Amino acid sequence: MNARDSGLTFLDRPNSYIGRSVPRPNARRLVMGRGTYVDDIRLPRLAHIAFLRSPHAHAKIRGFNLDAAKAAPGVIGVFTGADLAKVCTPWVAVLSHFKGLKSAPQYALPLDRACWTGEAICAVVAETRAQAEDAIALIEADLDPLPAAVDMEAALDPSTPVIHPELGDNLAFERTLDVGDVDTAFRNAAAVVEQTFQIGRHTGVTLEPRAILADWNDGEEKFTIYHSFQAPHMMQDIVCKHLDLPEASVRVVCKDVGGSFGIKVHIYPDEMATVAIAKILKRPVKFIADRMESFVSDIHARDHRVKGKMAIAADGEILGFEIDDLTGIGPYSVYPRTSAVEANQVVNLTGGPYRHKNYRARARVVFQNKVPMCQYRAVGHPIAVMVTEGLIDLAAAAIKMDPAKVREKNVIADDAHPSVAASGIKFEKLSHQQSLKKLLSMMDYDSLRKEQAELRKKGIHRGIGIATFIEITNPSAAFYGVGGARISSQDGCTLRLNPQGGVIASIGVTEQGQGTEAVIAQVVATAVGVPLSDVRVITGDTDTTPYGGGTWACRAAGIGGEAAWQSGKALRENILEVAGVILQAAPGTLDVRDGKIVDKANGNERMPLAELGRVAYFRPDTLPADLKPEFVVTRHYVPKDYPFAFTNGIQASYLEVDTDTGFVKLLKHWCVEDCGTVLNPQLVDEQVRGGIVQGIGAALFEVCRYDENGQMLNATMADYLVPMASEMPDIDVTHVVSPTASSELGAKGAGEAGTAGAPAAVVNAINDALSPFKANVAAQPVTPQDILKAMGKV
Amino acid sequence: MKASEVGYAKPASLPEVFALLEKNEDARLLAGGQSLIAGLNMRLSNPTLLIDINGIAGLNTITESGGTIRIGALTRHLDLGASPLIAAKLPLIAKAVPHIAHMAIRNRGTIGGSLALSDPATELPACCLALNATMTAASSKGERKIPVKTFFKGLFETDLKQNEVLTAIEIPLPAAGSLSGFSELVRRHGDYAIVGLAAQGVRKGSSWSQLNLSYFGVGDHPVLAANASEALLADKSMADAQAVLASDLSPSEDAENSAATKLHFARVLLGRVVASMS
Repeated sequence: MNARDSGLTFLDRPNSYIGRSVPRPNARRLVMGRGTYVDDIRLPRLAHIAFLRSPHAHAKIRGFNLDAAKAAPGVIGVFTGADLAKVCTPWVAVLSHFKGLKSAPQYALPLDRACWTGEAICAVVAETRAQAEDAIALIEADLDPLPAAVDMEAALDPSTPVIHPELGDNLAFERTLDVGDVDTAFRNAAAVVEQTFQIGRHTGVTLEPRAILADWNDGEEKFTIYHSFQAPHMMQDIVCKHLDLPEASVRVVCKDVGGSFGIKVHIYPDEMATVAIAKILKRPVKFIADRMESFVSDIHARDHRVKGKMAIAADGEILGFEIDDLTGIGPYSVYPRTSAVEANQVVNLTGGPYRHKNYRARARVVFQNKVPMCQYRAVGHPIAVMVTEGLIDLAAAAIKMDPAKVREKNVIADDAHPSVAASGIKFEKLSHQQSLKKLLSMMDYDSLRKEQAELRKKGIHRGIGIATFIEITNPSAAFYGVGGARISSQDGCTLRLNPQGGVIASIGVTEQGQGTEAVIAQVVATAVGVPLSDVRVITGDTDTTPYGGGTWACRAAGIGGEAAWQSGKALRENILEVAGVILQAAPGTLDVRDGKIVDKANGNERMPLAELGRVAYFRPDTLPADLKPEFVVTRHYVPKDYPFAFTNGIQASYLEVDTDTGFVKLLKHWCVEDCGTVLNPQLVDEQVRGGIVQGIGAALFEVCRYDENGQMLNATMADYLVPMASEMPDIDVTHVVSPTASSELGAKGAGEAGTAGAPAAVVNAINDALSPFKANVAAQPVTPQDILKAMGKV
Repeated sequence: MKASEVGYAKPASLPEVFALLEKNEDARLLAGGQSLIAGLNMRLSNPTLLIDINGIAGLNTITESGGTIRIGALTRHLDLGASPLIAAKLPLIAKAVPHIAHMAIRNRGTIGGSLALSDPATELPACCLALNATMTAASSKGERKIPVKTFFKGLFETDLKQNEVLTAIEIPLPAAGSLSGFSELVRRHGDYAIVGLAAQGVRKGSSWSQLNLSYFGVGDHPVLAANASEALLADKSMADAQAVLASDLSPSEDAENSAATKLHFARVLLGRVVASMS
């Protein structure tokens, strides 16, 4: 790659920052408390909003008595669904490539019906948030509770109320797939294993909650919307569409964002209500979700029940998989990405690392009166990986083969690519064999097995769990665009060389705290040839950055990085053209390194960039008339040759089960991951670690518990258990590097790998520890009581 | 959420506190504020006045005299845990303190606040029960001593009256050769206990001559497992003691655990804590 540089790659460039763990340029600012999150923004005439939220899972809204609330101190306005419907049109979250997907119109505030506990049904705007909350308490809401559909297993029963009668039933979407000859494969198997896996409903607990500040300036008829969000251009487009505004009237600015994990890439009714109300009031209005309301209004994730079956031959060959997935998505498909994606991914990904050719799948997506469910970090992956890897361990036990050996025998060979999985997904280049080999040596698998056996004799029960995974990254338009969603899969990067030699990079991908700005700065500094400290990166502003998709599905480094790389190379060429004229040298003999024009052959300095800038900007009269220095360049990138750049990896967990209490102590976790070119090893490793911790959360801790009436029972930080540092094991991360040939950089995504594989590794390790007791658990999160029950102790 | 408007006073002496309490029936005392302020923000209560007692001198000392350790009610968890006197004379408390929530909370939270709140799943009320503490409640009418056995009345309910301030906790020095043990089951370090046990006893040879088994997380307030301790005092086996725990404790289920699971946990803790007391 990058053959024009005398066969050297970017890694060989003398001042390459790529592949180095340089510090994040924004870390110091954030650590010093000098970040700008939405709640830090104070505007003149700023008003604050609070919402009355439905106490019922399903209720008819008969009306409100708002008199006392309107008269309360500090109150500026009180709004209901009917008020907002005049300025903001409803949406229906369906996409044409999910055939049959249906949903109902959703309004900024509902007109006559609340469909989940926590749904905003009325808004109060006041001088302070506390005053708005005081007034909320004074609203008399006349609500008539309706029967609720809560249990997803019963969603399709005739006795269960249909949430949207006009849709006919509670089935939002169904997909089936039947590849090869599954029945014959199962008939000929040495063993067929079956398990029903429950993946609990949980949510992404961001450090900074959802936040939006909408400022309608009536003087210029323009919105400036400060938003804690992943995809500013998407938000701009949607505000334009539903508030009937031209593009030029809406600017969305996403400054610092305190974590998102997919939570902040969806359209939320309370946020659209805030925008609509700002327009009505003609003043800035701010909504900061507090932790309590976040639990019942941020999207939830997962909530799958998968019945899985796998056939295996006596020699360990996997013959086929069959799965039946059921998932509950709340009362609406979430706009605009829809809530069919996760089930669709489960179908696509299950069995994906392996060579088998027989696969039957069904996925059903049902409505229920709970918080809407949508995409959260590693959409579908941890479910598919749990089902696949859980079944493999059961099958390995059934034929008495070491679970690592079964994987070794069945993974798609490293030299078999490009390849196509049974589900039809395409792999450009994966490294399952190398990764497995590396993992087993890194964890010293054989010694660990010996230690396990020794300790078992002493009544200490440790378990080893392995999980191979694949991950969807660098999505093309195949993800959303082809289905009609106006979500950009391309991204652009604009670079500007300033007179002193500094470079401003503005880019469509966004910073959520994961290090996008650092990676983009590294790529730009390397491509142009300037010190890292001379690059300033601007993200998250629809007015000043090139149009782009933002951050989701692991695309910031892979797609944004490539746009930055191409843009940087183009700027360097433009610089060298001007330098060649000034220095009377052929541009091809020169290079830009560390902020200086040098002779390419020997690196001797010819001129600092600042001198070039001085001449070009302030003394253009000294340059030939036909030379037109172009020091602003833009390049775009979109992956085209594959719908997604799949990555792969493998994880292992080592843990100890206290067989008296059922408590699990995590001892160690390993991950080998292949995201192609590693742009910043530390950022990649920490992404993997953070992802693993979130996966461990799903495996052991996190779940939104509901009662039979649709009330969430644990909507506080004391009761909803996010994983915390004290309980986390040391996590060793290493890499195999298989760059994608779709881009010059060769980088793929790494943000979701940890979350994809960790739950299966942990649950498999628990079951491995429990194997002497013939006990097995398959419902996440696995609690101590679940383990005690499986062992027959309670 | 943001708290509703609330009045605030920071008196410098106890008589001023008493006067404010008498004038404002729904006033709340603000000590460490680690539960109270969160509760106000969540709008769980709506007092008209907070009486900040942090400016009152002499409420945060730990002293020993006449066979009693006196702990000022404003003593912060952190100071309690760092006190050499507590470590030497009341090791049960020293063992319990690191389990109280997280550093930031231990830094502000007070023993008086913890006892007056009487959260059923917290450590210090159970320790005070195991150690046979006496509470000092002060009001304009003078001081009143409340034995720990009558102090805890119900869920978040104590014998303290609205016009009283808990000023000190007095703990008799344990007999020479006393042993203590502490353990709790939590999903994450610092969480409220699912089940916990604070135990204090005296053993002669292999026999117990005194044993207080104070459980928390299993009822409305800490509970002494009298039958289980009687079984152990009578030299019965641990299995026998674990079996009779069912007659001592009637835990209610929580979001994750059934009552039966919690009883099972209590039995496991009994075995482990008593075994650790040596």
